[in-house]
Amino acid sequence: MTNQSKSLTIQEHGYDASGGLDPNGQISRKLREFYLSVQEEAIPDRFLDLLERLDEAERAQADATGASGPDGAGLRP
Amino acid sequence: MSDNDIAPDPQFKRQMLATLPSLRAFAVSLSGRHDKADDLVQDTIMKAWAKQDSFELGTNMKAWLFTILRNEFYSQMRKHGREVQDSEGTFTERMSTHPEQYGSLDLADFRNALEQLPDDQREAIVLVGASGFAYEEAAEICGCAVGTIKSRVSRARTKLQELLGITGEADYGPDASAAAVTSQAFAG
Repeated sequence: MTNQSKSLTIQEHGYDASGGLDPNGQISRKLREFYLSVQEEAIPDRFLDLLERLDEAERAQADATGASGPDGAGLRP
Repeated sequence: MSDNDIAPDPQFKRQMLATLPSLRAFAVSLSGRHDKADDLVQDTIMKAWAKQDSFELGTNMKAWLFTILRNEFYSQMRKHGREVQDSEGTFTERMSTHPEQYGSLDLADFRNALEQLPDDQREAIVLVGASGFAYEEAAEICGCAVGTIKSRVSRARTKLQELLGITGEADYGPDASAAAVTSQAFAG
């Protein structure tokens, strides 16, 4: 049946020729839009601070003992 | 013996920073909430940092971090259960009051629908459709077969179409009853 072969084609390409009517194309675009909206937010300072502290702690530890690995203990705010 | 006795590799931190925006977006997709997502990301950073010796530079840092975050998400869910989600509170309200434009789809509606998917389907469609992973990578992150990821993505799409009421062209043309009248007119 025509309908069936059409929907198969759409599934493969994600978009149909008119670029807007295909439901999967709509969903794909909306999904990326949603994801990008979060991804484009600035990285919260808490993460930058955390990385900074982990880094410092590790350097200090490496200097002090020269051996033991990081365990991150005591760094949780 | 090991790399433990050298200073932290600046590469590691840089790569981690570069991955954070996408990692956060994945966390929001999984948990449905920003506050929860940021806690997840924080736990992931701590875990990853503690395990950095097990990470080989040059391999896929992004996939590695996503795997850690995903495992963390499920282990927290097992411990605490899923909280009732009214993600950031306002979606339900906006759902019913926002008049749909012809053929367009509101982002809040979409987000709401995404949250109604089963976890395994949601993570699959997000990893493949938004995070930019290949099916094979997504399968590795989720610890399942490639075919499983493919079928989850496909079921996720179908379910989203149902939830959002976009089942095909009929929805975008004249409404169904008008179409029926038109075709009858032509048939007669």
